[in-house]
Amino acid sequence: MTTTEPTTPTSWADDYDIFDKGYVADPFPIWDDLRGSCPISHTERWGGSWLPTRYEDVSAIAHDTVHFSSKEVLVTPAPVPEDGQEQEMIIQLGGEVAAPPITSDPPEHQWARRLILPMFAPRAVEKYEPITRELCRELVAELVAAGKGDAAVGYSQQIPVRIIAKMLGIPETMSETFTQWVRGALELGATDPEIRQESFKEIVTYLFEEVTKRKEHPGDDILSELLAAEVDGAPVPDFHVIGTGVLILVAGIDTTWSAIGSALWHLATHPEDRRRLVAEPEIMPLAVEELLRAYSPVTMARLVKEDVEVQGCPMREGDRVLLNFPAANRDPEVFERPDEVILDRAKNRHIAFGAGIHRCAGSNLARMELRVAIEEFLAAAPEFSLEEGAEVTWAGGQVRGPRCLPVVFG
Amino acid sequence: MKVRVIDEKCQGHGRCYALAPELFESDDLGNAVVCGDGTVAPGQEDDARLAADNCPEFAIEILES
Repeated sequence: MTTTEPTTPTSWADDYDIFDKGYVADPFPIWDDLRGSCPISHTERWGGSWLPTRYEDVSAIAHDTVHFSSKEVLVTPAPVPEDGQEQEMIIQLGGEVAAPPITSDPPEHQWARRLILPMFAPRAVEKYEPITRELCRELVAELVAAGKGDAAVGYSQQIPVRIIAKMLGIPETMSETFTQWVRGALELGATDPEIRQESFKEIVTYLFEEVTKRKEHPGDDILSELLAAEVDGAPVPDFHVIGTGVLILVAGIDTTWSAIGSALWHLATHPEDRRRLVAEPEIMPLAVEELLRAYSPVTMARLVKEDVEVQGCPMREGDRVLLNFPAANRDPEVFERPDEVILDRAKNRHIAFGAGIHRCAGSNLARMELRVAIEEFLAAAPEFSLEEGAEVTWAGGQVRGPRCLPVVFG
Repeated sequence: MKVRVIDEKCQGHGRCYALAPELFESDDLGNAVVCGDGTVAPGQEDDARLAADNCPEFAIEILES
């Protein structure tokens, strides 16, 4: 792996670069080409990986837990830890901190997932809708009052982090710090092993302290619930509780904020869709799914568990495969006019939240946040557009979405 | 018309109960179950098809009577 500025790939089929600036900003034509010419491409960059672009292949790999492991789900390899440091942590906590159940394979996966699913089921998520709505109203009011603003940093970025903090029983004042850690872990850290390692270390250290506090004084929050839970008559080990905390923190922030940002980018650049959504609020549930399809934020990875051939590609044990959900969701074999956003699209088996046993555990929460964020933004600002001359910037790789989205109102 | 959720296929995407809440609901884990015995009332046929057409796991079966 290298942290030097990479050169633009000469061939996307055997030298793709998911961090290439042009690709990050507009990957869609590249995926269209690849689907026709080389539906599973390969690169040696960033530790090497395979990249399927067809829905059928992405879905098949996501469902195949025999040949593909979730032990590493980030799109670039984990940095090699400094000597002894990780070992010390393992001894202290009685086990390695991963991020179960996203990093779990069967059979651990089943009980680890069962543990958290009730916390993210619709009934549990409903409780957070009023505070989400209130938060969105405050944020958008501030932007509208200013006449213009950054809908990524000033709005989208502020929403999921606060709801997750509330669920974990952590003060809202930690929001900025969490955002930095999560960006360090997933975005900046994807191409910089030091930032990534440092960010994960800070998150684990913080959660270790929080878990220690909850043991003395349990509260009404997810960490306390996990500490009180039993699996086969035994309490859940601390390293597991911390690991699940890492997952909830890291997976629930960057991803949803990116989805909200992309949705607002679309509505800022497509006035006819924006006006339709204002005029026909009843299509909102379908529109939310369509925006998730067209601008799916998340790409996950799998490691090949045993040698396997997929569509003629010889995948070897240890190889990394990128589950390119965003490309799958633009596959013309599955979606009519895939590059068009059709707000009330009726046939939409999108896999923005993955497929198979690792379907995003927080999808109900993400969907609620996205819906409420769009509703409240449009309620306060039915007319808005990109600020002329200001640059929209995008992040990509693991999670794709706008990082700077300057809009003007009226 | 009736709808049925194939439990072995359902992964709790929740698309059916989000799009057709009068036909599907969530259990405690977020997996889908049919409301009542799955009977689709007259006028709800399109919702039943919508739910089936949005399931990424092909876990919804429509039984035409």
